[in-house]
Amino acid sequence: MKADSNLKKVLTQNVFAVTAECGPPKGADPGVIKKKGNLLKGYVDSVNVTDNQTGVVRLCSMAACAILRQEGLDPILQMVTRDRNRIALQSDVLGASSLGIRNILCLSGDHQSFGNQQQAKGVFDIDSIQLIQTVRRMRDSGQIIGGEALSDPPELFIGAVANPFADPFDYRVIRLGKKAAAGAEFIQTQCIYNVKRFKEWMKQVLDRGLDKKVYILGGVTPLKSARMAEYMSKQVAGMDVPGDVIDRLKGVDPKDQRREGIRIAVETIGALKEMEGVRGVHIMAIEWEDAVPQIVEEAGLYPRPRISEE
Amino acid sequence: MITAERKPMAEIKAMLAPYRKILVVGCGTCVAECASGGEKEVGLLASALRMDAQIEGRTIEVREMTIDRQCVYEFIDKLTGVADRYEVILSLGCGAGVQAVAEAFPKMLVIPALNTTFIGETKEPGLWVENCRACGDCKLGYFAAVCPVTRCAKGLYNGPCGGSKNGVCEVDPDTPCAWQLIVERLENTGRNDLLEAIYPPADWSRQQGKGPRKIAREDQRSES
Repeated sequence: MKADSNLKKVLTQNVFAVTAECGPPKGADPGVIKKKGNLLKGYVDSVNVTDNQTGVVRLCSMAACAILRQEGLDPILQMVTRDRNRIALQSDVLGASSLGIRNILCLSGDHQSFGNQQQAKGVFDIDSIQLIQTVRRMRDSGQIIGGEALSDPPELFIGAVANPFADPFDYRVIRLGKKAAAGAEFIQTQCIYNVKRFKEWMKQVLDRGLDKKVYILGGVTPLKSARMAEYMSKQVAGMDVPGDVIDRLKGVDPKDQRREGIRIAVETIGALKEMEGVRGVHIMAIEWEDAVPQIVEEAGLYPRPRISEE
Repeated sequence: MITAERKPMAEIKAMLAPYRKILVVGCGTCVAECASGGEKEVGLLASALRMDAQIEGRTIEVREMTIDRQCVYEFIDKLTGVADRYEVILSLGCGAGVQAVAEAFPKMLVIPALNTTFIGETKEPGLWVENCRACGDCKLGYFAAVCPVTRCAKGLYNGPCGGSKNGVCEVDPDTPCAWQLIVERLENTGRNDLLEAIYPPADWSRQQGKGPRKIAREDQRSES
């Protein structure tokens, strides 16, 4: 009995989707994953598990996804092309499907020079778009790169990412179009703080009709403090935290800044819910997973729909 | 050209420690252009070795020689009759030069004085930048003559990652984002049609498929 992707069911039934992110531990304890998973359970439709995010060695995404699945969640396997060549990537795609994982998010990955293994060789045998294409062909045509047939194709709902806040701005929507053409079915975006710029990007998305080709989930990360906002604005590439957001947090007593960060996240989700073409939200509460239930509830997205099995 | 940088003096000294008769050999081509292994650098390094030995009270014999190319046998042959009078050859050639010299003198010890770094261009005096990885399957015609394999930190074939900001790469703010350059040049050269093309996985077998590569051309071999 094979379960389908819960995320796919939610999106195809036209429900505003909610996904969240779960970062695996820098250790071998499955309890950490279970604990984070159970904090999110019932509040989200699917849970992303990062793949050695920022180039830091952590418990692998595949194992964490398998654990989350045992706990009754619908995991999204993040897979970066930084660490594995096409042999390993395709092998892991098959392995993920065999473990009952039904969603994959294809990324190139943060460059190894940011992490704790800076002398590592960056693989980048293929890029994120080529990975999307590869998974799609494996699933739909039952073929690996080069055309050899698989005995059984993997069953995966295929996702990709988009960063509307990076440059060159006008190329961003072209790149989204390439991801859609390569076979991506859902898109999770970089964290949105600059709602105005996100709207400009969404207009380009709608103009090209890309909202009809992929389900777009807007990324939201609650800010813990004014300091975190300043850090993300200055130190994290491709992140756009406007001055008025930083000022708003600064204007609040430090002990209340977390509360204000959640308020901002909830307001952003409110704006996303009203935006044409946006089909859900992806909440990345970095090492703050217990903020997710509150955000989901305050954003009026709780309870999550129970999609019946066919 | 092939660029290189001189190894730290301590590393060179440690490798030379057991030897007293040293032949320092420069190369007059690429490493001369990038000011790491030409005649001038040979002179500087030889002087440094002599001075060092003098300060430490050691007696050494250092001879300087620079040949046009260390990677071509007809030039290497100029060392014949000289090399065997020394215990060691300290080569200021690139990795190809060091190995070609060693192959020409099977019983000579050959030690590298340089770290060979990349294929690049002289951007301005004193600045060399990498722009070719010798992948064996040049796609510059599709990327407006900007190599994404070399100049994008992730070697991405299908557009900039999320870390491209204000025209620079997230990995190094002194490095332009290759994809920003590609997009601009495609637009400036009227090749907007290539902006949306999806490139399939590269054929890395042309770079490393069966170990070291070789080019064999009968038309060049027949005359000898």
